[in-house]
Amino acid sequence: MEHIISVLVENKAGVLARVAGLFSARNYNIESLSVAPTPDSTISMITIVTSGEELIIEQIMKQLNKVIEVLKVVDLTEEDHIDRETALIKIGAKQSHRDEAIRIAQIFRAHIVDSTPQTYTLEVSGDSDKIQAVINLLKPMGIKEIVRTGRIAIARESA
Amino acid sequence: MKLNGSEIFVESLKREGVKTIFGIPGGVVLKLFDVLHQQKDVEVILTRHEQGAIHMAEGYGKATGKAGVALVTSGPGMTNIVTGLQDAMMDSVPLVAFTGQVPTNLIGNDAFQEADNIGISRPCTKHNVLVKDVADLAATIKEAFYIANTGRPGPVLVDIPKDVSTESAEFRYPDKVDIRGYRPTVTGNRYQIKQAAGEIMKAKRPVIYVGGGAIFSGAANEVREFAELTQIPLTMTVMGLGAFPGTHPLCMGMLGMHGTYCANMAMHEADLLIAVGARFDDRVTGKLSEFSPRARVIHIDIDPTSIKKNVHAHIPIVGDVKTVLRELVGVLSSMDGNPASVKAQRKPWQKQVSEWSARHPLAYQQEGKKETKPQYVIEKAYELTKHKAIVVTDVGQHQMWAAQYFRGAQQRTFLTSGGLGTMGFGFPAAIGAQKAYPNKTVLCITSEGSFQMNLQELAVAAIYKLPVKIILLNNQFHGMVRQWQDLFYEGRYASSDLGATPDFVKLAEAYGILGLHSDGPADVEAVLKEGLKHKGPVLMNFAIDRFENCYPMIPAGGAHHEMVLEDPPHMKTTRKGARKKGEDADAVLPA
Repeated sequence: MEHIISVLVENKAGVLARVAGLFSARNYNIESLSVAPTPDSTISMITIVTSGEELIIEQIMKQLNKVIEVLKVVDLTEEDHIDRETALIKIGAKQSHRDEAIRIAQIFRAHIVDSTPQTYTLEVSGDSDKIQAVINLLKPMGIKEIVRTGRIAIARESA
Repeated sequence: MKLNGSEIFVESLKREGVKTIFGIPGGVVLKLFDVLHQQKDVEVILTRHEQGAIHMAEGYGKATGKAGVALVTSGPGMTNIVTGLQDAMMDSVPLVAFTGQVPTNLIGNDAFQEADNIGISRPCTKHNVLVKDVADLAATIKEAFYIANTGRPGPVLVDIPKDVSTESAEFRYPDKVDIRGYRPTVTGNRYQIKQAAGEIMKAKRPVIYVGGGAIFSGAANEVREFAELTQIPLTMTVMGLGAFPGTHPLCMGMLGMHGTYCANMAMHEADLLIAVGARFDDRVTGKLSEFSPRARVIHIDIDPTSIKKNVHAHIPIVGDVKTVLRELVGVLSSMDGNPASVKAQRKPWQKQVSEWSARHPLAYQQEGKKETKPQYVIEKAYELTKHKAIVVTDVGQHQMWAAQYFRGAQQRTFLTSGGLGTMGFGFPAAIGAQKAYPNKTVLCITSEGSFQMNLQELAVAAIYKLPVKIILLNNQFHGMVRQWQDLFYEGRYASSDLGATPDFVKLAEAYGILGLHSDGPADVEAVLKEGLKHKGPVLMNFAIDRFENCYPMIPAGGAHHEMVLEDPPHMKTTRKGARKKGEDADAVLPA
């Protein structure tokens, strides 16, 4: 099963290598990875999407916790959470396709962030299913390039 | 007080109580060595190879329980210690390795003798740090020792660029360490401990299974108190040997691939395992799906990743072994009807264990044989040094025989490369242990294969007058490889026959130490006595039966009850074509 694990780490050189190395050395999967600073400049947040049986996930959590520079590890999959990723999609947009592309963008609350006579570039955020749906709809127009971020996630606050 | 980086380094070592470091100088660490040279508190042992240095530091760390220290140069100096770092990682050896690095402005430029020390050592250290600013050096060293020595111990590497060793900073050695991401759990969860006590009282066929964690925790007394209170038979991993007296009536000896019949049968039939600082390594468990099929598992370990990694734990207890066992003994002692009722309750199980023990004890046949059996040498060495020696082994058949026949009584007196299985570990590690305990008898039990991987350190034993007693069991084979080839490769001895070995007596003499040779069983005892009596280091070469195999043996992938107890009949025919038994047993390289 897929798990989204967020890892708070010391913002120091080599920490990402240590975390990534742990996954490769132990034959764990990384499906996506995102790293960014937090409001506290000494701390970074790594969000890892991985998959495996429960025992493997338990090992991953423990192994991550064992890294000296890791401060906190949370498996967000275990709680109610929101997860998002962003995609930048460059499509062929000939005259005949331009209206349809705008309609699709509107439906999915995507933005057209660049436009040339032959192309549109769309920016879309959402969960993976939504991004995939947009890509599927845009496919007939001819997708030139897609760049996707890793997934990020946050726990929902309980009311 | 303003000091340069090298002075800060040496002052910091002093604050950590470091008396000895092992290493070799080189371009970027000259300043560090120069400052070391001008003081007396920290002695430098100049080794002949960096691998020697790192294993010596390991031997020192294993024998004392406190971090051993190595100092090597950049590039090849660092890459030569990688084996020792991984060895220390696998066996949880407290160790701090200092490596030189090219000046910070050259890092990444493929400078002379540059290597990515941090990148290379990342997976084989508990932690590693590149010191970029001399102002951080003292605190980094403090943290390095703290991390190496606490929690589950392990190797820490500190990489010091040349300019950091020469530039100056205000020296302030921190009193305390506070690393927000590193707070090992020491005290066990009370509820879990109560649960464990309940299981222990209910169990009909319990086994205590002790690993190296008990030794790093210094928990020999607690292990003994626990076993005696609960009257539970106990077995140890190769790393756990010494945590419980080998001669104790509750002791079943070592378990696993070359464990005793009794210990492995008990593991197979157990209804409760109490794993104490052990990690269910594959050499211990054999086939996982058939491992202790009826047992519930209580697992005590300071490292949460050891728990439920290979074997499910019904009651996991994360904490320091010594602390947890104390708490557990406390809870058990306060329970109703304890401990008198326990004794009667355990009788049938103990009886079963003794039956197994009597059915297939460890055995070998020396009487009536012309050639020396390796077990005989080890048993004699054990009798002559009983409970007084620190035993350091290399890796292979001799290691397993030593583990079987040296029934040690004290923790930190059986030092071996258990996890990584590093041939070449034994001799330098013995030198390290001897340096830590100059007045103790230190035996290095090795073989011609392992010994030749680091024999250059004979110079260190000679020059620093470290009287290590080397017991070299010489079968001119990579013996364990040959054993597997006998059992599983139809006796095709692919690259396991060494052909010949050097004249070890002359070799010893060339280094200025005493060399002794034993041809056959008749002079084994005399050679051992002479060697042990000698004041300085000794190399005792024992020509042994080339084809002796180590049993019991659980074939790789087998279960505990599937032990092989003697040479199977097929080996008689498959051995044709190999050098005959006894032939050339003393073959020496041509002059």
